[in-house]
Amino acid sequence: MFTLQELKRSALISLWFVFLTFPIMVVKVNSIEKTVQWRWMNVVYVLVGSFVLSLLFRYFLYRKEQQSGEDEQQGDNTGRSLIHRLLIVPKYRNMIYGVLLGTAVVFPFLTSSYQVNIMTTALMYVVLGLGLNIVVGLAGLLDLGYVAFYAVGAYSYALLNYHFGLGFWAVLPIGGLLAAMFGILLGFPVLRLRGDYLAIVTLGFGEIIRLVLENWGGFSQGPSGISNISRPGFFGIELSLEMAIVYIYYLMVLFVIVTIFLVNRLQDSRLGRAWIALREDEIACQAMGIDKIKTKLAAFSLGALWAGIIGVVFAAKTTFINPASFTFLESAIILSIVVLGGMGSIIGVIIGALVLILLPEYLRALSEFRMLAFGAILVCMMVFRPQGIIASIRRTYTYKPRNRDEA
Amino acid sequence: MSETILEVHGLTMDFGGVRALNNLDLDVRSGEIAALIGPNGAGKTTFFNCLTGLYLPTKGDIFLYRRDKDKKISLKGLKPNKVTEHGLARTFQNIRLFPMMTVLENVMIGRHCRTKAFVIGAFFRGPRTRREEEEIIEMSHRILEKVGLSRFENDFAMNLPYGAQRRLEIARALATEPVLLLLDEPAAGMNPYETIELVNLIQEIATDGQSILLIEHDMKLVMSLSDRIFVMDYGKKIAQGRPEEIRLNPAVITAYLGEEVDA
Ligand SMILES: Nc1ncnc2c1ncn2[C@@H]1O[C@H](COP(=O)(O)OP(=O)(O)OP(=O)(O)O)[C@@H](O)[C@H]1O
Ligand SMILES: [Mg+2]
Repeated sequence: MFTLQELKRSALISLWFVFLTFPIMVVKVNSIEKTVQWRWMNVVYVLVGSFVLSLLFRYFLYRKEQQSGEDEQQGDNTGRSLIHRLLIVPKYRNMIYGVLLGTAVVFPFLTSSYQVNIMTTALMYVVLGLGLNIVVGLAGLLDLGYVAFYAVGAYSYALLNYHFGLGFWAVLPIGGLLAAMFGILLGFPVLRLRGDYLAIVTLGFGEIIRLVLENWGGFSQGPSGISNISRPGFFGIELSLEMAIVYIYYLMVLFVIVTIFLVNRLQDSRLGRAWIALREDEIACQAMGIDKIKTKLAAFSLGALWAGIIGVVFAAKTTFINPASFTFLESAIILSIVVLGGMGSIIGVIIGALVLILLPEYLRALSEFRMLAFGAILVCMMVFRPQGIIASIRRTYTYKPRNRDEA
Repeated sequence: MSETILEVHGLTMDFGGVRALNNLDLDVRSGEIAALIGPNGAGKTTFFNCLTGLYLPTKGDIFLYRRDKDKKISLKGLKPNKVTEHGLARTFQNIRLFPMMTVLENVMIGRHCRTKAFVIGAFFRGPRTRREEEEIIEMSHRILEKVGLSRFENDFAMNLPYGAQRRLEIARALATEPVLLLLDEPAAGMNPYETIELVNLIQEIATDGQSILLIEHDMKLVMSLSDRIFVMDYGKKIAQGRPEEIRLNPAVITAYLGEEVDA
């Protein structure tokens, strides 16, 4: 299966890895006793480990090449995965939805509030991912400052609650709309930009918002943040902490359902098609009569709308926010969710969010290597499955022929 | 039949020091197939780009006559999408489809400028939006049938054979219900069989009353299809007239032979 040359190459790679990781894996300086420990066994581990991994990598690459060859032969390359094929059949679809909904409903009764809390966070990222998916996945505008809109939502609730005592439900639409306005505000200057340039400007925008929040103490109370934000009201009834956690969880389940419903509709609408056309070819898209400015601004503001709403939920859930929650890392995670899950694919983004948020929580043992694993997963995904876990497919239309009989 | 629908006066386009279009006059009449020919680099594509708003011409005027609305519209300086809305639709010399959209969706994009639904329509999908959506699908399907692509309807555009991609571009442009259809080298890269199919298609579209302005290098195709021909060289119009006049025009012969000697 492997030629000698491939084995040799893997061996070279593993030697290179040993060399690279030597300072951190082998040499250990005990700074108190001023001694140096040499952990030679680690050399062997790294050597064997990287050799095996590199062989695996080669094997999967080989498999992938073979598969793509087969796909072309079969001629059916609409890119449907198993999930899509299951979802097309109404019977299975209803069953899957039923099971998922049932699980979501009974989840809080089966687990601790700690677990419920984690799940709520994961659901928040599902919505954030779906929101960013509009901008990045559908409209193809690489936005690295998405967290800014999340911050706008969170701070609008925190501040309005702090100064005017406004409640969660009153601020929810306000936060969303404010974020959408910021989306348009960001959209205008970057209308002409694409790709890397757009990424850099949006990255800057995200940082600007965070820095303003950090330094404009009179407005946002600076790095110390705002505390004692009220939890969501429940018909005026005071909820215990545990009840509140479960309540927010159910709210998030509801939000996720509504979001999926709306994003799905958006995707299949005239506007959704325009976004995809914009992503595919900006010039052809304009030449076909699509207003680029309107379409782009709609993408930015709708994407931001969801971030703003989830921002409000975030502030209400943690009851304390400060600028440290809105760093670039947050944008990167949400973007990873979209890319890993599958750009433009709703199911993909949902799975991506659950994997990326829940896995690290349950792999706390690995915590120090979390970012390393994160990077490794992303690199591997880009090599083996650039289209994401679930590739996006386009809707097919069945045309109802009138007095015509064709297959 | 012979009313003017497009009128171009003294169109000039400079790229830095290069004058790609030099004081060009041209007109297209309703219902005709007009052709624009010229050696490589003559400025034909640049002319289309100026018409459709991708480039802003340095000088000159472009007028579109909408007899149905009794209007004379100046297209100069309008955004590409506005130009399309007013009734010019084009194809591209190097195919620019939306590769990851289905064939049907590509044509549906062409309907964009004739429909209205936006965010609210998408969210609530009321009766009007639904009707509009059905009309888009229905019409796109009909156009695909006409160009002979309905069996590819649900395939990704990028998976189509080359000739079919060119025809899909035409279908997409037709979906905008253009007053004038601009085709930039529709037969480029096609094999003889595909070219014959294309000629038939263009003739069929023209019989439906569609006015067409096409750029083409294939002389046989141009001579057999067009009612009138404009010849360009180095950004200037060097001749215009019926095919048989053009065939014998000395200036045209020099332009083409000259180019071949250079090459
Ligand atoms: N965006 C641009 N910037 C600078 N120069 C340009 C630009 N577009 C076209 N040109 C120049 O204008 C001239 C005409 O180009 P154009 O593409 O219009 O030729 P053409 O007649 O379509 O040729 P072909 O038959 O090869 O398609 C060329 O010299 C080209 O280099
Ligand atoms: Mg050209």
